[in-house]
Amino acid sequence: MIELRSLRKEFAGVVALEDIDLSVPAGEIHGIVGRSGAGKSTLIRCLTGLERPTAGTVTIDGVEISGRRGEELRRARRNIGMVFQHANLLDSRTALGNVEHPLEIAGTGKRERRARAQELLELVGLADRAGNHPAQLSGGQQQRVGIARALAADPRILLCDEPTSALDSGTTRQILELIRSLRERLGITVLIITHEMSVVREVCDSVTLLENGRIARTGTLLDVIRDTDSPLGRELLPLPPGGAGEGTAIEVLLTDVPLRRLLDIVDRHSADAHIDSGAIETITGSPVSRLRFTVGDPGAARALVADLDAAGIHAEVTR
Amino acid sequence: MNTPTWFDNPAITVELLPSLGETIAMTAWSTAIAILIGLPLGIWLFVTTKHSLAPNAVLHQVLSTIVNIGRSIPFIVLIIALIPFTRFVVGTALGWQAAVVALTISAIPFYARLVEISLHEVAGGKVEAAQMMGASRGQIIRQVLVPEALPGLISGATVTAVALVNYTAMAGAVGGGGLGDLAISYGYNRYQADVMLACVVLLVAFVGLIQLIGDRLARLVDHR
Repeated sequence: MIELRSLRKEFAGVVALEDIDLSVPAGEIHGIVGRSGAGKSTLIRCLTGLERPTAGTVTIDGVEISGRRGEELRRARRNIGMVFQHANLLDSRTALGNVEHPLEIAGTGKRERRARAQELLELVGLADRAGNHPAQLSGGQQQRVGIARALAADPRILLCDEPTSALDSGTTRQILELIRSLRERLGITVLIITHEMSVVREVCDSVTLLENGRIARTGTLLDVIRDTDSPLGRELLPLPPGGAGEGTAIEVLLTDVPLRRLLDIVDRHSADAHIDSGAIETITGSPVSRLRFTVGDPGAARALVADLDAAGIHAEVTR
Repeated sequence: MNTPTWFDNPAITVELLPSLGETIAMTAWSTAIAILIGLPLGIWLFVTTKHSLAPNAVLHQVLSTIVNIGRSIPFIVLIIALIPFTRFVVGTALGWQAAVVALTISAIPFYARLVEISLHEVAGGKVEAAQMMGASRGQIIRQVLVPEALPGLISGATVTAVALVNYTAMAGAVGGGGLGDLAISYGYNRYQADVMLACVVLLVAFVGLIQLIGDRLARLVDHR
């Protein structure tokens, strides 16, 4: 659905993006993460044709965006819904008027666009706030209106640029829940640009890490987390800080193996082993956990790691 | 010949109301025409700015220079310099209709600058959002920039109108009529303090009324 081929972007000789090859299949929620300055914003601007790539192509739903200008580009953009960090709603319009705006631009008749906007406000749970101006809505509500507006022209793709970065954690969860349910109901493909790993963990199927304008890592969320050599995997499923007691610490990443097996093996080696930290998540439907044990006897710890490895459970001594 | 007593003065009883009418007419016409021309000029100034909708450094510089020159010429000089042009447009260089020409020409660059400033206040993200919806430049101007800047555009028009009331007095000095003319010819040249007082009170009230209406309108369209 979204295809980037050898994308490159320079600004006055400075390379902002290089060798970007990325393919997001239809109906997937893909996250793009990276520190500020990694090229996330440039990437999204290339995706939307606000910026022309220096080389390479951007193809969205079979239409090459990168080669288009003027009216052709404007028409292609109507197939992309965009959600911004600050909803960027027009203060001069009501919530309903804002949702109608893309349809007005596309030339849809008044009655039809009103009906469609009403329907969309209902979809995002704001039917009762249709007559309110943005200033009368909370940040989360504004973002819902922003999402409804992005969906108004029936796009196949939703691009979200830091959609929750300005929201508190409760509201963030609601917005992510909404994005997920939209994917289920509308089959829409979603690309989320974010610097928050928790957003990726909660809603994405796959993820790409940008570093210095290049793709440092890309893959399904489960694959990235399972890859114990990947720093991104650790960032996506971090252990809560602190809590390490005396003794040798062993970190275990548990993906397909039932917890019972793990505990049996641990029990065999060390009666005093205890879990002092752990993160347990369900990632795209599969349970994944990262656990840290402390074992008093270093010899027992080494034997335990060897045994766990033999059983196909990744484990390593971390202290 | 007896000197008229305070306020029982033909300059007040006969001429005050028609003069007020002339001041109102001058202000209304010149404000209206200045908005009509200054608004598109201000939009043009804005869209030719770097990183705006239609960046064009040369054109922007040319427009900006014209506006600056227009704003720096003292009004009293402008009136006199424009006499041939005024004769050509109105047919005479006397009377309030003639004054409207100079008033309008001085107000256009003034308002255009205020328009440009108001448009700069509109958050870039709103324009970008409209671009992402596939909006054309014309649609962005009509549907985003102008409606979002409307409170500022109205306040700017109010400031312009108030400045124009002030200028009508100067236009009066060179035969433009209006309250300013009356105040100078009777109040100043003939030492009739009551005429001066009446004119000033009316001018103050008129300016107050413009400001009141302008503020109300701006607040009415401001949903921020």
